[in-house]
Amino acid sequence: MKYETVIGLEVHVELLTDTKMFCGCKNEFGGDANTRCCPVCLGFPGALPTLNENAVEFAVKAGLATNCRIAEYSEMARKNYFYPDLPKAFQISQHNLPLCSNGYVDIEVGGITNRIGISRIHIEEDAGKLIHADEADDYSLVDYNRAGVPLIEIVSEPDIHTPEEGRQYMEKLRKILEYLEVSDCRMQEGSLRCDANISLRSPGESKLGAKVEIKNMNSMKALEKALAYEEARQAEVLDKDGKLIQETRRWDEMSGTTISMRGKEHAQDYRYFPEPDLVPIAIDAKRIRNIKSGIPELPYEREKRFIREFGLPAYDSIVLTSSKAIADFYEKCLIEYDNPKAVSNWVMGDFLRIMNDRGLSIKDIIFPPSYLIKLLRLIDSSAISGTAAKQIFEAMFESGKKPEVLVKELGLEQISDEADILELVRKVIKDNPKSVKDYKEGNNKAMDFIIGQAMKASKGRGNPKVISETIKSILDNM
Amino acid sequence: MKALKLHELTAHEIRDMLRKREISAIEVIEDTYCRIDSVEDSINSFITLTREKAYEDAKKVEKTIKEGQEPPDLAGIPMAVKDNICTEGIRTTCASGMLADFVPPYSAEVYERLVNDSCITIGKTNMDEFAMGDLGNPCDGSAAAVASGEVCFSLGSDMGGSIRQFAALCGVVGMKPTYGLVSRYGLITSAPSLDQIGPITRDVHDCALVMNCIAGHDSKDSASVRIQAEDYRSALISDVKGFRIGIPKEYFGEGTDNGIKKLILEQIKVLEDLGAHGEEMSLPHSEYAMQAYHIIASAEASSNLARYDGVRYGFRAGQYDNLEDLYVKTRSRGFGAGVKRSIMLGAYVLSSDRYDFYYKKALQIRTLIREDFNRAFEKYDVIITPVTPGVGLDSWKKIEDTISVYMTDVYTAPVNIAGIAAMSVPCGVKDGLPVSMQIIGRPFDEKRILQAAFACEQNSRIGGYQHEI
Repeated sequence: MKYETVIGLEVHVELLTDTKMFCGCKNEFGGDANTRCCPVCLGFPGALPTLNENAVEFAVKAGLATNCRIAEYSEMARKNYFYPDLPKAFQISQHNLPLCSNGYVDIEVGGITNRIGISRIHIEEDAGKLIHADEADDYSLVDYNRAGVPLIEIVSEPDIHTPEEGRQYMEKLRKILEYLEVSDCRMQEGSLRCDANISLRSPGESKLGAKVEIKNMNSMKALEKALAYEEARQAEVLDKDGKLIQETRRWDEMSGTTISMRGKEHAQDYRYFPEPDLVPIAIDAKRIRNIKSGIPELPYEREKRFIREFGLPAYDSIVLTSSKAIADFYEKCLIEYDNPKAVSNWVMGDFLRIMNDRGLSIKDIIFPPSYLIKLLRLIDSSAISGTAAKQIFEAMFESGKKPEVLVKELGLEQISDEADILELVRKVIKDNPKSVKDYKEGNNKAMDFIIGQAMKASKGRGNPKVISETIKSILDNM
Repeated sequence: MKALKLHELTAHEIRDMLRKREISAIEVIEDTYCRIDSVEDSINSFITLTREKAYEDAKKVEKTIKEGQEPPDLAGIPMAVKDNICTEGIRTTCASGMLADFVPPYSAEVYERLVNDSCITIGKTNMDEFAMGDLGNPCDGSAAAVASGEVCFSLGSDMGGSIRQFAALCGVVGMKPTYGLVSRYGLITSAPSLDQIGPITRDVHDCALVMNCIAGHDSKDSASVRIQAEDYRSALISDVKGFRIGIPKEYFGEGTDNGIKKLILEQIKVLEDLGAHGEEMSLPHSEYAMQAYHIIASAEASSNLARYDGVRYGFRAGQYDNLEDLYVKTRSRGFGAGVKRSIMLGAYVLSSDRYDFYYKKALQIRTLIREDFNRAFEKYDVIITPVTPGVGLDSWKKIEDTISVYMTDVYTAPVNIAGIAAMSVPCGVKDGLPVSMQIIGRPFDEKRILQAAFACEQNSRIGGYQHEI
């Protein structure tokens, strides 16, 4: 390997508190422009911020779940810069004394575990959004609904060395935060955002190369692609003995490239200083214990437990625990049914496929886990065929009706009555003399064809076991 | 009725007359505006007068009294509010072009409390732009309005000594409460860690009444402290027996006018005659207070005044080419020279390569000054000092350069830096000009400060409020 890639990620996460960071305005995505603001989040003269204690608690949760040290004493600080989306012309953030520091998460790439250090997690407020009018118009508008929404910023150490590791780290964080229920972590909506710092150096070199910051990566895939592109771009420059400059670049999804935004000379001096309007944040050991006791089982622990407790293959366990909601759904199914692998096949298979196809999230599922179990029981008792079950399952996503109701509505009861099947099979054998002859001459595949024709004749409702046994016994006795 | 000269009375005197139905709330307001109409041209205390609203409010008070209900202490009392304290629906300008037409859609907590007690707003008072101490033309309408009989009392703000210095200059009583005792919500400030709203009154009794109304926890101000509410009227006893008074030698040095020193020491003698013990002591770090004060105040101003960018409210330059041009023109034209100087100084001391040398050091000095006071208050109940090194406006008029104007805050700013309470009380006259002394107390011990001030006022050879202008 010619160069060593060094990557650090800065991840911004919008917290799911009821209200904004420093005022009582509702913290919700969307809404008509400027309907969720007040003198405090609009930075009106004389209005004062008061700290949302829930935001502090969510940040401490994130810190504890990523093995951070929680500061007994931390303080808010002002980051000063002018921009129309920033009502006070400073962002209330943290600087020298962040809430959480010195943590890590472990990621697994190619069977090897890597520990990615987290240098700090701090709390801060989000800014509003600029809405640019048509190019013909010479103005822009600002929507301050997002101004003052609580954020945490998670800053990693430069411990990431490949684009894939970058993505794994990000996925891992997303999973953890989602399990903690502190954020909905939707990259498309911007509730999870990520900036990357990436530089290349010769192996063995201790000094870091010129650092490039990449912005505007709106999905996990985009992050990995942007890092890969930038890694290659920088290597190419170095190969040609070129010089890399410290700069900020923007990922452009359309062209699949990064585009320079500004160089180091435009780096701002934010003139940080302690926020005089807010008292320092003091968190004692008792409060930390209380917060800790509210932390649920984390994805990695749950993954291991699924393997141990349910005997699932590692792959199944990883897929099922990738989201807390899916894992919860899965475990609820198992309350009434003790074939974990069978449930896993259904959840990992049709369940996730249908959700993906229809763009659903778990909140949109209108039937309870127990209905899936009812469906599995219908299969077990041979009341329906596997094919019919898939059809019923699809229908459950639409109507939310019980599977036994749908069986009747769709006319999908399995035919297991031997007399009915005998009649059906006799007709198929009569209609396919060539296949019967082939089978008799030793071609076993011909038998499969006949079974297939019989299933088709039953419109998928015939019990495959009874059908194949009946055909076999007739043919063998011919 | 006019013979009563209502404008010479204190709030508690007017309250008693209102309760006895000797005068009506409307007559009080009539008399108030009559006085304003006759003297305002020479005093220039007000930026905005709220005549119509005042009469309406007075009618309501009159109705309550006629219905036989006992109104709150300050009901029907005419007050003025400094124009950096937000008043819902009433223009609040900070005497700045930047906010010349700004009408806040909300009120400061203190104002709301006074309005709830049926206090009558007469108008918004004049001030230096953003209360930042305009060179050569110091101005504080809040103290002048009280001294000239335009209103009974006013709300001022005290970042480095405004309430106390201007009260002293005008011969009235002013208090800067402990940081966190009185809500700062709705105070438009340039230095949030130093600034505090407080009363300016004609006597110590009125100061206690206003404090009773405005002190107390407010969840909208994160610095607001939850402490048991006090009835400051209980401090109005002429008893200082056993009070230990600290007399810091650094405040009575060469820079202080000898006449002022003499008057204050005489006043301390009066307290000693009443059973207090005065003792010389030291506040060694006070000499660094001015530098620390100006670094902190300008640093905070550079950030706190950044929001006036012409985007959401307030002044916006008429023509601009792009976003940066909008910022530059709006802020260049909207702010006066003193404010701009402070913003530049503040941005400099906060810049990343100067921060440790200036701002961080100032915070360290702040800690030392706080510790000085903490140590002192282990031994002393109150500390008595001059309010300003000189008398009258002379202390400003003589000033020709920026550095020495900063020095007028030398005895008052340490109190803001330490976040403790202090009061300015008249203690005599020199060359025909009023002289006051500063009584500094432990944090949240306003009661003892008031008690010492009350004893001075009751036993002083000069008497209380001087109303001549």
